[in-house]
Amino acid sequence: MTATAGQANEIILRTRGVGKTFGKFVALNNISAEFSRGAVTSIIGPNGAGKSTYFNLLCGAFPPTKGSIEFDGRDVTGLPQHRFAHMGIAKSFQITSVFPQLTTRENIRVGLQALVSRYDIWRPRARLTELIERADELLALVGLWESRERAAKTLAHGEQRALEIGMALASQPRLLLLDEPTAGMSPEETRTMMDLIVKLARERTVILVEHKMKLVLGISDRILVLHHGELLAEGTPQEVRQNEAVKRVYLGQREH
Amino acid sequence: MTETARSIKQSGVATGGWYQFVTRHRASIVAAVILVFPLVMPFTALAVNILIYGLYALGFNLVFGYLGLLSFGHAALFGTGAYLCGISIVHFGWPWYAAIAAGVAGGLLMALLIGVLAIRTRGIYFAMVTMALSQCVYYLFYQAVDLTGGENGLRGINVRTIDLFGLQIDFINPMIRYYVIAAFVIAAFFVMSRILASPFGAVIEAVRENEMRARASGYDVTLTRLLTFVLSGAFCGLAGALQALHLSIVPIEILHYETSGLVVMIALLGGMGTFFGPMIGAAVFLVLENVVSVWTVHWQLIVGGIFIACVLFFPAGIWGTLIARSRR
Ligand SMILES: Nc1ncnc2c1ncn2[C@@H]1O[C@H](COP(=O)(O)OP(=O)(O)OP(=O)(O)O)[C@@H](O)[C@H]1O
Ligand SMILES: [Mg+2]
Repeated sequence: MTATAGQANEIILRTRGVGKTFGKFVALNNISAEFSRGAVTSIIGPNGAGKSTYFNLLCGAFPPTKGSIEFDGRDVTGLPQHRFAHMGIAKSFQITSVFPQLTTRENIRVGLQALVSRYDIWRPRARLTELIERADELLALVGLWESRERAAKTLAHGEQRALEIGMALASQPRLLLLDEPTAGMSPEETRTMMDLIVKLARERTVILVEHKMKLVLGISDRILVLHHGELLAEGTPQEVRQNEAVKRVYLGQREH
Repeated sequence: MTETARSIKQSGVATGGWYQFVTRHRASIVAAVILVFPLVMPFTALAVNILIYGLYALGFNLVFGYLGLLSFGHAALFGTGAYLCGISIVHFGWPWYAAIAAGVAGGLLMALLIGVLAIRTRGIYFAMVTMALSQCVYYLFYQAVDLTGGENGLRGINVRTIDLFGLQIDFINPMIRYYVIAAFVIAAFFVMSRILASPFGAVIEAVRENEMRARASGYDVTLTRLLTFVLSGAFCGLAGALQALHLSIVPIEILHYETSGLVVMIALLGGMGTFFGPMIGAAVFLVLENVVSVWTVHWQLIVGGIFIACVLFFPAGIWGTLIARSRR
């Protein structure tokens, strides 16, 4: 699970000088980074640092205004987002984003279906039984089996966050991007979520956004620190914790 | 099938009770009602109108209720279907079935054309762009006098008998005409039910529910929208073709924006995004219009008032409200 950077094929994802501007506002500037296959990398930084913007570039939600993105040795800059998903990049949203009126199970089933059948207008979907079975497995994995028939909008906040993860997993990602998966969770829910993330990381590459540094120190192989749209520091948890620039940014900022 | 597979519903929307039974047999229920309808409805011409507008609203509702886009240009799809059917008969002497196929193809291609231009816009912009484009279509057909009869409408679509594998069916007889048209409408409802229960049907609803999430899950949102709009065009084209056969003429007003507005009202009245809503909405609206216009010339005022009251007090529409009640 430890990063073994260096060899080209061990790098699953690479960004070269990517930047993103909204109008005149530079949200992200010149970020070059490499992500090792199988590793857990965390991206931390204060509010507005550009973490979610960086994530949106990585999952293809919008293209960078400059620079390029390479996934599995292939230049993917500017591809539409659904193509990112087909390649095996999935993300969970910082602000819960599910299909509110659909049942919990259907939320996951639709996620699974994207890999199998996107334009079939004739076969009854109830006949895609393997999808329903896989959905039920994922429901059990994220702890939502009991709520499977409820509309997603009626789930509690913590359950919706779990559904978010379940839907990201439904895409069978090789690269899983999690944007503040513990946002708004109680300490207990947070612990359950972190355990789940550790478990998921055994089988796939995970990149995690978090603004609470403490949470990710223990589970990350590498940490990137963003600040005002710039890459402030990068290294092992140990290195990042001792980094003077990082200390300055986090100094006096209460960890909540 | 496994236990879980059997328990999954046709739609992923959370519901319960009798509604599940009705959903499972929705197309058969519509068929049964359509078949007995003329027995309780003494005016066959009105009954035929209800069928045709119900079908038009069914096609519209796919985009409005299931996909979540408000189109204000569906008259162009309905009207193109009617004109192409009529033109094939009047100018090219095509048999009735080929003319209907031409109407369906016309609605489909017009939807493709309008869709390609409009589908990237959202909300009120989509409504405006579709309306503007359908006005262009109106103008086009208005100007092509040689083909369409322009202002006077396309006249002389005389189908007296329908040749069905050598069997001569009398299309003048109102009751027979009703059942011929009903056959097409019923078939369309079965096809629609199938589409909604298909994997693509789930994608349509997912895109309506959350576009961002659908995209992140790996769905091409723009293409899904375009295909849905084109499917809708085929249904509306069929409705238009049947209208041309039924009326024997295609009035230019069929392309007017009022025809676009009418279908919005019908869908809202019946219940947007429900399977039965379009037919119920068409029946209630047209019967109301008929009854009220008999005893007052100000019928539009009264029907409009009733419509506003319905939308204010039952925003989910007639069928939508019934479903919501049953869930409590
Ligand atoms: N669509 C947008 N249009 C304009 N500005 C934006 C947009 N999205 C983000 N920004 C701005 O870009 C900056 C970075 O935002 P981003 O969401 O990436 O921060 P973040 O690091 O994820 O912060 P947080 O910890 O609050 O989630 C912020 O100042 C934000 O206001
Ligand atoms: Mg963020």
